[in-house]
Amino acid sequence: MPGIALIEGVTMALAHELSHDESVVVLGEDVGVNGGVFRATAGLQQRFGKERVMDTPLAEGMIAGMSVGMAAQGMRPVAEMQFMGFIYPAVDQMISHAGRLRHRTRGRLSCPMVLRAPYGGGIHAPEHHSESTEALFAHIPGVRVVIPSSPARAYGLLLAAIRDPDPVVFLEPKRIYRLVKQEVEDDGVALPLDVCYILREGDDVTVVTWGAMTHETLKAASELESDGINCEVIDLATISPLDIETILESVEKTGRLVIVHEAARTCGVGAEIAAQVAEQALYDLEAPIQRVTGYDTVMPLFRLEMEYLPSVARIKDAVKVTLEE
Amino acid sequence: MKKTVAEYHIDYLQILDPDGNVQGELPAFARYPHELINLYQRMTLTRVFDTKAINLQRTGKLGTYASSLGHEAAHVGMGSAMHEKDVFAPMYREYGAQFCRGVKMSDVLMYWGGDERGNNFAGPRQDFPWCVPIATQCLHAAGAAMAMKLRGEKRCAVASIGDGGTSEGAFYEALNLAGAQQLPVVFVVVNNKWAISVPLHLQTAAKTLAQKAIAAGIPGIQVDGNDVIAMRATMEAALERARNGGGPALVEAVTYRLSDHTTADDATRYRPQEEVDEAWKVEPLERTRSYLISIGSWDDGKEQALLADCARQVDEAVNEYLATDRMPVTAMFDHMYEELPEAMQDQRETAIRYDRSGGHH
Ligand SMILES: Cc1ncc(C[n+]2csc(CCOP(=O)(O)OP(=O)(O)O)c2C)c(N)n1
Ligand SMILES: [Mg+2]
Repeated sequence: MPGIALIEGVTMALAHELSHDESVVVLGEDVGVNGGVFRATAGLQQRFGKERVMDTPLAEGMIAGMSVGMAAQGMRPVAEMQFMGFIYPAVDQMISHAGRLRHRTRGRLSCPMVLRAPYGGGIHAPEHHSESTEALFAHIPGVRVVIPSSPARAYGLLLAAIRDPDPVVFLEPKRIYRLVKQEVEDDGVALPLDVCYILREGDDVTVVTWGAMTHETLKAASELESDGINCEVIDLATISPLDIETILESVEKTGRLVIVHEAARTCGVGAEIAAQVAEQALYDLEAPIQRVTGYDTVMPLFRLEMEYLPSVARIKDAVKVTLEE
Repeated sequence: MKKTVAEYHIDYLQILDPDGNVQGELPAFARYPHELINLYQRMTLTRVFDTKAINLQRTGKLGTYASSLGHEAAHVGMGSAMHEKDVFAPMYREYGAQFCRGVKMSDVLMYWGGDERGNNFAGPRQDFPWCVPIATQCLHAAGAAMAMKLRGEKRCAVASIGDGGTSEGAFYEALNLAGAQQLPVVFVVVNNKWAISVPLHLQTAAKTLAQKAIAAGIPGIQVDGNDVIAMRATMEAALERARNGGGPALVEAVTYRLSDHTTADDATRYRPQEEVDEAWKVEPLERTRSYLISIGSWDDGKEQALLADCARQVDEAVNEYLATDRMPVTAMFDHMYEELPEAMQDQRETAIRYDRSGGHH
C-alpha cells in the first residue's frame, strides 16, 4: 500500500463518509471543481456530485450558519474555511449557536457539524494565512477542537469528528500537509476523540504539543536523546475538551513538563494545561513548567515567520531548563 | 389593491468599444490626448510590472502574488479619478489604482515578499493597507467617510471589492450604512467574473452587481471595466458628487481576470481556455492604443519608448526590493502598541536570543 500524506488522510476520510453516510455534505469556497485551494477535497465533487460537494458563495458566516441549520435538520455538514484567517465571521455562529443549540433546547436539537480549516505558519503564505488561533475555539463551550498531526490521525480523527453528535472545529496543520507519508488503510475505523496520543515514551521530561509543532518537538526529543535526555512527547490531538489524565500520568512519571505551541503565548492552550497540572499535580513537579510558544505579536509576514515559530533550539533549551532544578 | 411602488433600472456605460471606437460623446477630460496618453502609460506600466512580479515569484524571489492582468482600466480609471486627499481602501490587486496614488512598485513587492514595510506607503499616508480578509475594507471606507462627513470635509473614500466579495455580510453592511448616513464613499465592485474557481452565477442570482446598490438606497451603475475612459468618467462623477454632499454610489466595473487567481492557483483546473481567449479580445490596453493611434497621438516609436521606460522603472523597483534586508527580529515587537508593554519585554529578549539569522539579515 503506498503511503499517503496528511491532507490525503483528510480527503480519504471525507470520501469515506460521503460514500457511507447520505447525510454527509461537504461545502465551502472552492471545494468543488477546484477541489479546495490545498486540494483537500480533490475529486470529491466529480465523484459525489454538486449536491454533496458544494461550492458556496464567499461568506464564512453564511457557511457556518447554514451548517448549523443543516445539522439541526439531521444532516452532517463538513464545511471548509479556506484558511483559519478567514474563520472569524464563523465564530459568531459557533459561539452563539453551534456550541449551545443542544443545551438551550434541552437536547431537542443538536448540531453535528464539522468546521475544517487549514491553520498555522511556516509555508511562506501571504498575510492572514499563517495564524494559529485554536485557543479562541477551545474557549467556546460545547464545541470540540481537534488537530491531527499525522496522516493516520487526520483520517481517523476526521472520521470521528464527522460522526460525532456535536460540533467539531477540525484544524489542519498545513505546514505538515505533505511533510510525511504513512500507510493508512481506508477501513472506516475512527480514532477516539478527547484523548491525547503519546508519540514517544520517555522518563525524563514530558513535552506536550500538537499540530505542526509535533515535528519540531520530536526532532528536539531525538536530538536530546543523544545528550541522554529522554522526552515523553504527547500530542494533545483533541485541544478541547482536554485529556488531562494522560498528561498527569506522564508528569507523575517525569516530574517535568514543557508545553510547545506555535500560537501566541497569552491565554494559549498551554496556559490551560499548565493551570490544570498546577492544580492537580503540583507536588509531582520537580521543576517549574516551561512554555515554548509563539509571541504575543501579530504573526509576522513570512520573512520573519521562522523567528516567530518555536524552533528546535528553543524546545531543547526549555527541556534542559526543567532538568537544571 | 396592488400597485407598483418603486421601479429601478441599471445603466451600463461604455465609451471606448473593444475595437477602439468611441461610442457616443467623449467626456471632457478625454478630449485632451495627453490625458488619455497618461492613462495608457499608467495601464502599460501596471502590466509590465505585473509580468515582472510573476517572474519574480516563479524564480523564488517573491511570495505568492495576486496578478492584476486584465484589470488595468478598472484600476487606473478608479485611481486616477481620486484626489490626493481622498482615502482608498483597496483589496489586494489594484496596483494600477495605487500607483496613481503614489504607492511604489517596491511597496507592492515588499508586501508580497513577506515584509510589513510594504504596507507603510510613503505616498498616500492615509490610505488603508492591502486587505486580504475579503469585504472587511468596505466598512473601513464607510468609517473613514463618516469621519469626513462629521468634520465637514470635502473629501471622500473609495473601497474596491471583487465580485466574490459581494457575497460577504460586511459588503452589505457597509453599503447600507453609507446609504442610511449618506456618506461620501464610493464602492467599486471589480467584477472579473471569478472568485478563485467560483463563477459569478454561483455567487448570486442577481443580473448585475450594480443593482446591489438599490436595496441600500444608493445609485448603482455598471461600467465596461475594460474601458478606461468610461471608468474614469464614471468615477470622477461619483467622487465629485460624494465630496459635495451628494452621497455614496456603487460602480460595478465589468472586466475579466486574465491571470490565475494568484501565483498559487492553476485556473486551467476550473476555467475553459476558450473563455480566456474571448476575454483577451476585449482587454483594456489594446483598445486604448488603437484609439490613440486613430487620433494621431500614438505610434510604434512611442510605444517602444514607453515599454523601455516602463521596463527601466520596474527594474529600478525590483532592485530596490531585492537590496532590502530582512527586518531584525525585534521588528515583530515594534508597532505592536505605541509603546511595548513591560509584560512583553521578556518575549522580545527571547526572540533576540534565538534569532535564526544569527544577526545577519
Ligand atoms: C474573508 C475571506 N474569505 C476567503 C478568502 C480567500 N480568498 C482570497 S481571494 C478569494 C476570492 C475573491 O474573489 P473576488 O472577491 O471576486 O476577488 P478577485 O480575487 O476575483 O479579484 C478568496 C475566497 C479571503 N481572502 N477572505
Ligand atoms: Mg473576482
